[in-house]
Amino acid sequence: MRGSIIIILFFIVGILIGSSDFFIEINSNSLSFYALCTLMFLVGMSIGGDSKILKSFKSLNPKLILLPLITIIGTLVGSALVSFILSGRSLTDCLAVGSGFGYYSLSSIFITEYRGAELGTVALLSNIIREIITLLFAPLLVTYFGKLAPISSGGATTMDTTLPIITRYSGESFIIVSIFHGFVVDLSVPFLVVLFCSI
Amino acid sequence: MFIVILFMLSGIIVGYLLRHKNLSWISKAITILIWTLLFLLGIEVGGNKEITNNLHLIGVDAIIISLGAITGSIIGAKLLWNWINKDKKS
Repeated sequence: MRGSIIIILFFIVGILIGSSDFFIEINSNSLSFYALCTLMFLVGMSIGGDSKILKSFKSLNPKLILLPLITIIGTLVGSALVSFILSGRSLTDCLAVGSGFGYYSLSSIFITEYRGAELGTVALLSNIIREIITLLFAPLLVTYFGKLAPISSGGATTMDTTLPIITRYSGESFIIVSIFHGFVVDLSVPFLVVLFCSI
Repeated sequence: MFIVILFMLSGIIVGYLLRHKNLSWISKAITILIWTLLFLLGIEVGGNKEITNNLHLIGVDAIIISLGAITGSIIGAKLLWNWINKDKKS
């Protein structure tokens, strides 16, 4: 929990600095891309350097291969249902935003391109919120919905940003499932977002 | 996006080659990078007037969609979890 609060504080300080007039504009997009590449390289190193994880890959329960599919279906059903509450948003708007699965950078760029900056901003915030909820509520999700819940909730982020928190609360034996899940859901993001933006 | 995945795959290879070395610094480096990424994201949001001026309206819609998406997926995860554990008991 303390770790999550520190993360939120960094985000809030970033907003304050970004909105101040004294701030000199920097290209944070390319900076975050390099940071993300480095992050992924290190996540890879921690997987490759741990021989126990490689062994656990073989003992992966075949039913857990279904988890990414369940996350995608559950997310789309949930997003479709809330479109009835949100009068200003169409069904495909909500499905496109939901299809970000927490991958806020990519999904918001795609949606801005196809549906404009306003829905792009909704996508950015909604997918940040998905990641933040996963980071903050991982322990509660494990308690009430089982050890797979923070992985499902984390969506496409479960092989990078939410992996440490999942490892902490679901256990180290779920690292491989989490990475596998993040990998598959991640790949589905551009395809599903474009699909729902074009129909 | 695929470049990011390539970075992870090359990291796995490097990590495997260095598996006998002390790699305990990696988890600290990962934490610092997560802080950096969220800080940069904050700067991006804070610097966009279109977002900051309508944040309250956009935010409510965003929260509702997130909650719908998360609720749908964790119900699915719960069903799968129950199915896996039922098999273990029998």
